[in-house]
Amino acid sequence: MVDVVLDEAYEVDPARGAALKRFGRSDARFRFLTRAAALLVVIIFAGIMVSLVSGSIPAFKAFGWGFLTSSVWNPVTEKFGAFAAIYGTVVTSGLAMLLAVPLGIGIAIFLTELCPRALKRPMGIAIELLAGVPSIIYGIWGLFVFAPYFQANIQPGLIDFFANIPVLQDIFAGPPYGIGIFTSALILSIMILPFISAVTRDVFETVPPVLKEAAYGTGCTTWEVMWRIVLPFARPGVVGGAMLALGRALGETMAVTFVIGNAHHINESLFAAGTTISATIANEFTEALGDLYVSSLFAIGLILFGITFIVLASAQLMLKSLERRAGGKSS
Amino acid sequence: MNRGIYFRRRAINQIFLWLSTAAAAIGIIALILILYALLKNGIGGLSANVFTMDTPAPGSQGGLANALAGSLIMSFAAVLVGTPIGMLAGTYLAEYGRHSWLAFVIRFVNDILLSAPSIIIGLFVYQLMVVRMHHFSAWAGIVALAVIVIPVVVRTTENMLLLVPNTLREAAASIGAPRAISIRAVTWRAARAGIVTGVLLAIARISGETAPLLFTAFGNPYSSTDLNAPMASLPKVIFDFANSPYDNWHTLAWAAALLITAAVLSLSIFARLLESRQR
Repeated sequence: MVDVVLDEAYEVDPARGAALKRFGRSDARFRFLTRAAALLVVIIFAGIMVSLVSGSIPAFKAFGWGFLTSSVWNPVTEKFGAFAAIYGTVVTSGLAMLLAVPLGIGIAIFLTELCPRALKRPMGIAIELLAGVPSIIYGIWGLFVFAPYFQANIQPGLIDFFANIPVLQDIFAGPPYGIGIFTSALILSIMILPFISAVTRDVFETVPPVLKEAAYGTGCTTWEVMWRIVLPFARPGVVGGAMLALGRALGETMAVTFVIGNAHHINESLFAAGTTISATIANEFTEALGDLYVSSLFAIGLILFGITFIVLASAQLMLKSLERRAGGKSS
Repeated sequence: MNRGIYFRRRAINQIFLWLSTAAAAIGIIALILILYALLKNGIGGLSANVFTMDTPAPGSQGGLANALAGSLIMSFAAVLVGTPIGMLAGTYLAEYGRHSWLAFVIRFVNDILLSAPSIIIGLFVYQLMVVRMHHFSAWAGIVALAVIVIPVVVRTTENMLLLVPNTLREAAASIGAPRAISIRAVTWRAARAGIVTGVLLAIARISGETAPLLFTAFGNPYSSTDLNAPMASLPKVIFDFANSPYDNWHTLAWAAALLITAAVLSLSIFARLLESRQR
């Protein structure tokens, strides 16, 4: 009975069929639109690769693999090499991580275990807000406030202190300019500190309380619980978060450009001026004359993109594995 | 017998807890110092001129009107371009793609773009637009900023849509709503506050971006609304003026830095309020 009625209704009412068709068409259109937008993300990524590669071909043709190992950067004779910029990028970011990761983990421990309850939320929010402060603010502060203070009050002391210790006397050799590799690393570490602390705290909070309670129950001290239980459990997240921060530090332009001194040579001393890839591009791109000069800047940009891609991709893989584990646990 | 071990463990515990408290103190002090310097130097530079006059020549009177207008125009346009694209792409990931290999690739690429160095995006847009048009333009700046907006909006849209309970989708399907309508009228609406939060965070992010504007929008000492010409922006003015030897330019750079920070912080606080009210 019912079937018959339905069949008749379908045949009788052509408006319904038309409406269904219309819905089907608009559905397909919407689906196509979202898919196109999603593909655009991939196209942008591919476009970035293509523009960097095509821009850097003349430089690689002219200098070959020597481009990576030469630290000559001379716009007048049109001889370019990326090594000084790569060195500066890696050293400033590495030093910044060395300072910011322990500090960031310390802050996360403070926030999850030691902080009085009343302070916990405001401090957490403050850290998250500060992670969003634009990097140029850190740059201008570094240039006008930190560098002069560092030059006048801290650097001479450090130089004197290390003056008679064999290796360190070369690493911390004067004169005290205020700006340089070391200052850039300090500014970078302050900049990525809120980010690392926020990620680490979030990961610490995913540790099941039962684990901590069990450890406390066997008589562990707070530090032992953090070091032996919480940190090992949270390691993939902490490492992933730190690598994301490293990715930011490597590509950071504005916090570094002001205080690094933009000098294309490699000096043993961390107090000497240097340069990074992003600072070189920011400082020289608009003034670069000649195809080879511009192309060399594209080439170091390609190198930077390659380095950050590797770092960010491994950070993602690490965070994914954590997500999968957390997902498996909760379900 | 065990006393020695206990004492050592307690001592180690104390030392490391003090160290982490010290780490928190160092972090907080550093950040307070930065905000203090910003307020001290920035408020001195704020005057009515800042909002009414264009950036000056060295030593003469002036303000930031052209840079303020430029930043507002370009950020607004970039959000206008980037938000629909990001929302649609995020919708694809959450509603259509989900577990397909294409969605996997897009997620991966999007997360890379999310933290890719912004100066690289500047190089890309330079190659894409400035080289072809043979001049710097606000359009190029807008595209560069939109490229930064898109991944942020994609990520938040996907996350927020995934939070929408499936029962809502099922309810829409059960009354015969086609997929496209159920997405637009039901899931988007349910996730609206979260998506708006994402857009606000994207605005906060681009309003301080300097590197991608250096060689796209370039900068302009005069007020301009021509999107086909170079356009000034606050971060670029900070970059130029802070690197100059002139005192009045330094003062304006601090004022601009204060304005940007205030805008970014209030945007993120507003976004956070919106988010917490939704929960």
